[in-house]
Amino acid sequence: MAAAGGAERYFTRWYKPDVKGRPCEDFCVLQHSNRICVITLAEAHPLLQSGKTIKSINYQISANCSRLQNKVSGKSKRGAQFLTELAPLCRISSSDGEEYTIYSCIRGRLIEVNENILSNPAILQEKPSTEGYIAVVLPKFEESKSITQGLLTQKEYEEVLLKRLNSSS
Amino acid sequence: MSSLTEKDRPIVQLLLNSGTCPRCILRFCCVGSQALYRHPYKDLMKDLKEFLKNNQEKEDTVCSDVVDPPCKRIRLEPTEEGPDDLNHNGALQQIPSVNDENTATENSAVKVCNVCLGILQEFCEVDFVKKVCQKVNSSDYQFTSFVFSVSLPPQLSVRERAAWLLVKQEMGNLGLSLAKDDIVQLKEAYKWIIHPQLSEELGVPADGKSLFEVSVVFAHPETDEECHFLATACPDCFKPAKNKQSVFTRMAVIKALEKIKEEDFLKHFPCPPSSPQNLCVALEIQCNNGAVFVAGRYNKYSRNLPQTPWIIDGERKLESSVEELISEHLMAEFKADSFNFSSSGREDVDVRTLGNGRPFAIELVNPRRIHFTAEEMKGLQQTINNSSDKIQVRDLQLVTREAIGRMKEGEEEKTKTYSALIWTDKAIQKEDIAFLDDIKELKLDQKTPLRVLHRRPLAVRCRIIHTMKSEYIDEHHFRLHLKTQAGTYIKEFVHGDFGRTKPNIGSLLNRTTDILELDVESVDIDWPPTLDN
Repeated sequence: MAAAGGAERYFTRWYKPDVKGRPCEDFCVLQHSNRICVITLAEAHPLLQSGKTIKSINYQISANCSRLQNKVSGKSKRGAQFLTELAPLCRISSSDGEEYTIYSCIRGRLIEVNENILSNPAILQEKPSTEGYIAVVLPKFEESKSITQGLLTQKEYEEVLLKRLNSSS
Repeated sequence: MSSLTEKDRPIVQLLLNSGTCPRCILRFCCVGSQALYRHPYKDLMKDLKEFLKNNQEKEDTVCSDVVDPPCKRIRLEPTEEGPDDLNHNGALQQIPSVNDENTATENSAVKVCNVCLGILQEFCEVDFVKKVCQKVNSSDYQFTSFVFSVSLPPQLSVRERAAWLLVKQEMGNLGLSLAKDDIVQLKEAYKWIIHPQLSEELGVPADGKSLFEVSVVFAHPETDEECHFLATACPDCFKPAKNKQSVFTRMAVIKALEKIKEEDFLKHFPCPPSSPQNLCVALEIQCNNGAVFVAGRYNKYSRNLPQTPWIIDGERKLESSVEELISEHLMAEFKADSFNFSSSGREDVDVRTLGNGRPFAIELVNPRRIHFTAEEMKGLQQTINNSSDKIQVRDLQLVTREAIGRMKEGEEEKTKTYSALIWTDKAIQKEDIAFLDDIKELKLDQKTPLRVLHRRPLAVRCRIIHTMKSEYIDEHHFRLHLKTQAGTYIKEFVHGDFGRTKPNIGSLLNRTTDILELDVESVDIDWPPTLDN
């Protein structure tokens, strides 16, 4: 993991590997000191492996719910869609026929989803930790410390990666 | 008493009988001569009694406005205290008084007035004046004039109304009319009496526009419940307000008195009002000086100094702040209670402010000292500058409240120039950044930066970068000077904030960029006026 610079300087990285039991579908939550979280794909995610081409990104996660319809107002972000850990943010299909669901990984209000990746899916793969982010989530003030309980620190995640490497070899 | 005429006689008699003090009697007789109210209490009482006895005399033989020895025709029997009752023919009818006091005790046992509850009695005396002035002098204020404000208990309005109804009735019986507006207001009469005394004692004039306020709050707990009947009669006037202790505020009572019908009033309140046992009490005597405003421009040389104190959960995260470093000395010199610091925009903790500095203004609340010469202000400026190398101030001066508006104007409208030290991941050559110098009026769309998104609404701001000038340093560093519209987020323009500021230096150079240092070079507003520093 390259040292963070620029926009990601004040963020702490937390990880959720193998979400919903699906191997290597790992996510990285960037948590700012002001408690704002940015949901991104971790480098191990299948979508970021070489050879994968993204066919489509869909923020319509159900008949009644599109993440693009999310509207927030005011400082307290009224009107935001509320997310739980396993709430889907979007579905991404690759040209090889696979479909991946991107999950929130944390509880909180959905502030925005990244519309830039709709017009330019390549940046999701080129810069997954910055311009290719998926969504911005604001946890409840009372929960801002506890949301990381279900997540792994950088060190813990590196151990998981090591284990995977060892078990596959 | 030359101000009083025959037609006043019945009112004087009536009110004196019911326990109203001489000055209130004069008020209800619409006597407008200020000087008369200033006569000593004893003299006024005497004169009124004289007036009542002189039923045949014409006004010109009666005492004039000057404090004169008692008139020739003294028929006052020293042992009689109670008012004498006169019938229309002027024949004296001696009725045994209810309070069998003699004149000797008259001086010490002055009945508390049933209308003013002692305001126009005890509280016009020299003792009270001295008490007020003592408070003022011990509070160590600097002032050239004063305004004296008095807060009266609401039940005074009720009693005033009762007295007026009494008088109106009596006048009606005599076929005369009396307009409420002609009656002299209690507060007005009080100020006629007390202003000259305060003025003399303090050595400065009374002035309604003065910034120095001496305020007294009067209370009369004995009669506090007298207003309560109004709540049943006019309930909608008395809405419980969260921060007020009693629903019966002066305003609410006055409103209710306007609404209530005469008959209803008389049903619930005695007319004439009863004589109270006690005088009013002066609850508090307070002094307050209007705020003064000090403006200037500050430079910030530290990359570790917040604008305002940074405290989380009671713990201070960073030592001191711009506002404290500047205000500390001003607070001490002006001896103010507190301050309000504002500036034309602000910079982050890690950003320096160079050049001419950023305009600021400090409101000093309730200052004891208000007069400072230009020399003294210069001295103050020097003191501030000597006390810290993290900030420096210039153009320190006293300004008016109105002037603050100009500073806030600058925050929205004026341009700022910056200098940023930029890092790039991929190598750059001089030619790679030269094109930046040619870009003019670059339009940006900036979403609310993530670093402030927890406390600001999500929005997109359009901002303009007017000009840029680059300075190549090495393959991964260059300095960029920019002139931008007010409200532009410079850091986000450099690193792109996850692509949420478009375009950004990273996208323009097609690299990952970061901002290592930021300085404010100038805040382009010409306020406050530059002084010859």
